[in-house]
Amino acid sequence: MSDLLQIIDREGNKVGTVPRVKKEVFLNMYRAMVRTRAFDDRCMKLQRTGKVGFSVPNRGIEAVSVGAAAALDISKDWVAPHYRDFGIMLYHGVSPERMMDTMFGNEADSAVGRQMPVHFSFRKPLNFLSISSPLGTQVPQAVGIAMAMKTRGEDGAVLTTFGDGSTSASGFHSGMNWAGVFNSPTVFLCQNNQWAISCPSEQQTKSSSYAIKGEAYGVPGVRVDGNDVLAMYRAVSQAVKRARAGDGPTLIEAVTFRMGGHSTSDDPTKYVDPELVTYWEQRDPIVRFSAFLHAEGILNEAADATLREEAKDEMLTAARAAEAKPVPVLTSVFEDVFEETPAHLKKQSAFCVDHYSSRGEGVNEKGEFPL
Amino acid sequence: MSELTLVQAVNDGLRVAMKEDESVLVLGQDVGPKGGVFLATDGLHAEFGEDRCFDTPLSEDGIVGVGIGMAMNGMKPVCEIQFQDFIFPAFDQIVSEAAKMRYRSGGQYTVPMVIRTPYGGGIRGGLYHSQSGEAYFAHTPGLKVVIPSNPYDAKGLLIAAIQDPDPVLFMEPKALYRAFRQEVPDGLYTVPLSTTATVVEGEDCVVYCWGAMVPVCKTAAERVSESRGKSIRVVDLRTLMPLDEEAVIQATRECGRVVVVQEAPRFCGYASEISAILAENAVDSLEAPIQRVTGFDTPFPNTLENYYIPDARRVVDAIEQVLDY
Ligand SMILES: Cc1ncc(C[n+]2csc(CCOP(=O)(O)OP(=O)(O)O)c2C)c(N)n1
Ligand SMILES: [Mg+2]
Repeated sequence: MSDLLQIIDREGNKVGTVPRVKKEVFLNMYRAMVRTRAFDDRCMKLQRTGKVGFSVPNRGIEAVSVGAAAALDISKDWVAPHYRDFGIMLYHGVSPERMMDTMFGNEADSAVGRQMPVHFSFRKPLNFLSISSPLGTQVPQAVGIAMAMKTRGEDGAVLTTFGDGSTSASGFHSGMNWAGVFNSPTVFLCQNNQWAISCPSEQQTKSSSYAIKGEAYGVPGVRVDGNDVLAMYRAVSQAVKRARAGDGPTLIEAVTFRMGGHSTSDDPTKYVDPELVTYWEQRDPIVRFSAFLHAEGILNEAADATLREEAKDEMLTAARAAEAKPVPVLTSVFEDVFEETPAHLKKQSAFCVDHYSSRGEGVNEKGEFPL
Repeated sequence: MSELTLVQAVNDGLRVAMKEDESVLVLGQDVGPKGGVFLATDGLHAEFGEDRCFDTPLSEDGIVGVGIGMAMNGMKPVCEIQFQDFIFPAFDQIVSEAAKMRYRSGGQYTVPMVIRTPYGGGIRGGLYHSQSGEAYFAHTPGLKVVIPSNPYDAKGLLIAAIQDPDPVLFMEPKALYRAFRQEVPDGLYTVPLSTTATVVEGEDCVVYCWGAMVPVCKTAAERVSESRGKSIRVVDLRTLMPLDEEAVIQATRECGRVVVVQEAPRFCGYASEISAILAENAVDSLEAPIQRVTGFDTPFPNTLENYYIPDARRVVDAIEQVLDY
């Protein structure tokens, strides 16, 4: 894959120009990757033990989210994400407890228990748009956000992420086309993890890559080793720089692999060749970056081990805290439909409260989700 | 005869229809080797091959648009939309194209196609894996809308839908996919479209319902029969468009009291249509105002979904209200 941007190879050796950033930035990226995996592992355990209904494995794609996140300036850039992007939030300081609140759909959940687990939305510390299940819908929205920035003369950029499968959805195509036409400061990040549930990439497109799809829309496309966090950082930094300079959108294809099932409801052993899994295990983004940091003298064994332990504890503590919180109050179901609750909804809310409060029956707080 | 769940009956119906008619084929996301995310197409790819059961790119407008093309050219496509919540990218193809093709071409082009899709809540699916959108589609002239509530009907109605010369939206209550088993005949049989089924006999009140609300209404009817000594009829509408209006008017005349139950939001829901039909045609036999039991006019919540979906107690309350009027 000669057209693939790579900075560190799978053993952690330098094969490209390493970005010139402070040591702390490398360490922040590494910590965010380790914490992403720890958060993911904890969510899988919570689902397996019936404490949350659903999760979406992020194993293997940590470098994509974290490398991209590190290239953003969240004081002005926005993110219009898809659901396999835990690393963006964790890198930018969304607390794991707030994320766990969404996993549990509890009273403190920023989405008030209305969305499924994993469908995060945050306004602080960064503009991380509310994740939607219908695929590709965020892509034209990202273009709109970027066009608003441009109209006001701001130099922000919008990062929108989506899967390889989602490039077949119409949102991808209208978003790319508009970004080209209006030269909007948008960074399109396609996480090519090779699967859309059970459907492999070859079934999704006859194009030779996803990056090449930019060409038809007049949007430059680049292919990046998605398991190389430094390559991700470089590619997204360059795209953001272009966007800020008024040079328009970029499409980035991050080539990676979904190391788990599509979701906790999916059994990938039914359709994924185990040899492929072994191949990609040897390209683990965390192992690779860790080797690089050790070789550069930025991190030593002891500090690495401590960091990993801390991440595990942090996620366990966050999960326990979220689990202890109650479910949202019943009236919350009827709020936020409109800014002002109309009369018919007030009536329905009162009916609902009356009906169930006279009943004294508990809610089934946990549940299983079949996809 | 086999004891099948509703989703197994759908699977069996597809297999029988594909064996019966070579022009029947299945397309959709993950319907191939995986057999669909709910296993409705399990084994069909292995049995009939890639040409008859295939995975598609991730675009619902493509699935339905391509299905329409195939249907206009001699095939009988059965499209799967993974969740009814994801049908909206295909709304244009369904509403503007499939539903209007016969009319706008003076009958020269027709779309004998089925779109299968799981709908409804009860699986902790939140806003986008729970919706009941039947009213959008029943409102579309030229489109048939069918919703089974049990394994026997699921297979028989599905085969009838596949044999039908017009486009049919076949909405499957996912909450009932594995809820219970029922004897289902082997091989080919149909349950005719546009026929209702009386699932509980009774004459003091009639409850109209469909899909996942049918078992809820049966429970409610039994409870009221026990507590009040009244007999409550439960009618499963099964086909919402074209509806057997005469059957609904007749049952209303016989019972005189009506409750209509739907999981979907209340405003402009299908229950409103039933109420309007009865207000126009049977008001003289009504002994109490019609009561609707419905979901609320909010998006579908997640954590508190059990408070959103109508339960038997809400139906019992409504029945008692019309009985006591
Ligand atoms: C419009 C729409 N159609 C179908 C689905 C069901 N669905 C959920 S995830 C998924 C696969 C997505 O694949 P991809 O875009 O590659 O993202 P990944 O899951 O690999 O991160 C599908 C088909 C959906 N959510 N939205
Ligand atoms: Mg993918």
